[in-house]
Amino acid sequence: MITYLEAIREAQRQALENDPRVYIYGQDIGAFGGAFKATKNLAQSFPGRVLDSPISEDAMVGSAIGASLQGMRPIVEMQFADFSTVGFNQIVNQAATMFWRTGVPCPITIRLPSGGTPGSGPFHSQNLEALYAHYPGLILMTPATVEDAYSMLLEAVALDDPVIFCEHKYLYFHLKAESLPSEALPVGRARIARAGRDATVVTYSAMVHEALSAAEELSTQGWEIEVIDLRSIKPLDTDTVLASVARTGRILAVGEAWPWGGVTAEVLARVATDGFNLLDAPPMRLNSKDTPVPFHPNLWGTHRPTAQTIVSALRDLLRL
Amino acid sequence: MLQSAEMPRHTVKASDFSETYRRAFRWMLLARTTEEKIASVFRSGGKITGGVFLGKGQEAISVATGIALRNGDIFAPLIRDQAGRLAFGESLLDCTLTYLGARSGPMRGRDGNVHRGRPLEGLLPMISHLGAMISVVNGMLMAHRFQGKKNTVGAASLGDGATSTGAFHESINQAAVENLPLVLVVTNNQYAYSTPNDRQFACADLVDKAIGYGIRGHSVDGTDLGACLRVIGSAVELARQGEGPQLVVATNLRLVGHGEHDDAHYIAPHLKEMPLGRDSLAVAEAELLQNAWADSETIEGWTRDSISQVEKAIAHSLREPSPDPATEDWCALSSRHLAEGLSSNGSRG
Ligand SMILES: Cc1ncc(C[n+]2csc(CCOP(=O)(O)OP(=O)(O)O)c2C)c(N)n1
Ligand SMILES: [Mg+2]
Repeated sequence: MITYLEAIREAQRQALENDPRVYIYGQDIGAFGGAFKATKNLAQSFPGRVLDSPISEDAMVGSAIGASLQGMRPIVEMQFADFSTVGFNQIVNQAATMFWRTGVPCPITIRLPSGGTPGSGPFHSQNLEALYAHYPGLILMTPATVEDAYSMLLEAVALDDPVIFCEHKYLYFHLKAESLPSEALPVGRARIARAGRDATVVTYSAMVHEALSAAEELSTQGWEIEVIDLRSIKPLDTDTVLASVARTGRILAVGEAWPWGGVTAEVLARVATDGFNLLDAPPMRLNSKDTPVPFHPNLWGTHRPTAQTIVSALRDLLRL
Repeated sequence: MLQSAEMPRHTVKASDFSETYRRAFRWMLLARTTEEKIASVFRSGGKITGGVFLGKGQEAISVATGIALRNGDIFAPLIRDQAGRLAFGESLLDCTLTYLGARSGPMRGRDGNVHRGRPLEGLLPMISHLGAMISVVNGMLMAHRFQGKKNTVGAASLGDGATSTGAFHESINQAAVENLPLVLVVTNNQYAYSTPNDRQFACADLVDKAIGYGIRGHSVDGTDLGACLRVIGSAVELARQGEGPQLVVATNLRLVGHGEHDDAHYIAPHLKEMPLGRDSLAVAEAELLQNAWADSETIEGWTRDSISQVEKAIAHSLREPSPDPATEDWCALSSRHLAEGLSSNGSRG
């Protein structure tokens, strides 16, 4: 069995092994192996290519951009997604604009350990994919499975554009697979995680698993829910979403991020714009509450969508 | 390239100081001529949109930086570096085409004025956010280390105001930790837009900051070309020899508005009377004459040559087509297959 976190480590090992242009840069990632051990033993296996950085997110990203311009393929590990805001300027103004302005690609991968876990609180739990997706010039990957964590990270490193790789901390240790995949859907294609006919749930990252539990529960009551795992939120596979809505006539978009704007709003805007006539009911969305992410597990468990709140939203959607 | 063929880069022996000085002076003259022309085209209206930022007075420190670098080095110029850009090897056309927004310029109308560069040739296109280019230079130098490219140097220009940014702190510390061959050239021209030094920092001298980062600091009179050539030259040499990052702080006065929109009424009059208020181009010309490194006839010839180069570049650039929104490639990704909405009518943005 291999965990989601181990898949990320293996992808990085593969990338380092396959491509001499790859190096990894981040806080405590060298001999220590990273706050989550995503780079455990990599510094030992690849001397000089897994480098501890100072606590300088702006300079970490800036230097990765520079290295990429000289032909390297840096992977930057943010210790937590939340701290990437300190490097925000380099990501959105330098990396994201480079190709458009100069015609020279900027192949960097920035790993954001994202999302909530009990007890993590306001500054170690954030989901920032919508923030980065807002900026042209970035690719946003949000893997929900062990297989995708592995194959998409390899693809992120291979792509010529800056990739924000949102890996979910809640999945690091829980999620396991038999083995690593040898092939994968291309980036930009969503996956039907569970087929259904009565309603479509569109989601990504850790929420895929909450949605699958919700679908499982409703299936015992005779309702078949289709669950779509977006895999990457930019590009967003609108075609797969619309095709599903064409079958089910109902859509619930679920995200762990905050409600204002964001991925669920984008999905519904596209469905309303391009698939309004496919809808048998008003489209719905479910997000976290509009407060900072709380520390206490009691509060945290209610702040984010869960299988239970998804079930009740789906019951509304199905007019039950 | 419109630059005169008799001004090749890096062919003169360092020992021949007067020859370097003459070369530097000619770049300064060409830079001044270029900027005066750009300003006059701007003022005549219609041709140049957006900002115009001039380096008047700052040519000495800028050219000294550009001239100390060689092929394979990295340069991250800022807004007052026309002279340094020319000396580093940027063509005059890159400047004029970009200011005029021509499609054939390096930025193709997508970015303008001083935001131009050619990253693959080691010339970084500045983003506006001050301090943000330094760590990019660091990364390029880290790449050289990974790739076994030896003896390259990266230089980044900065103003006094930019030393107050977090990016400055992070990147200078990063360069120090990695012992990178970075030369940070800070030109303290007494003002950041309208903000004077005493509202910008509280240390006695910006060069003292070097101590805190564990790197070497150098001070230089930014109005004195000879001093700039020597100090920057030796800072670059130290970096090249593996002595780590070098901080150079040059002192001068901004002799123009922040941009051409600004009358700079706030500049304290007494500063203009001080030695730091001298015009480095005038000082260098006097020095040339006094040392008999050039006579006035020669300098007049150089001036005529500069004017004719600039006139040609502007005339050529004015004839170049502007970008066309209908044929523009509205794609921000190099992986085109992952770009959204390319063929859409707009509903998918
Ligand atoms: C991070 C950031 N904040 C504000 C600005 C707006 N701005 C542009 S130039 C400038 C003054 C810069 O002063 P200084 O660094 O001393 O350089 P100088 O113009 O004197 O050469 C300011 C405030 C900016 N470009 N970047
Ligand atoms: Mg200044």
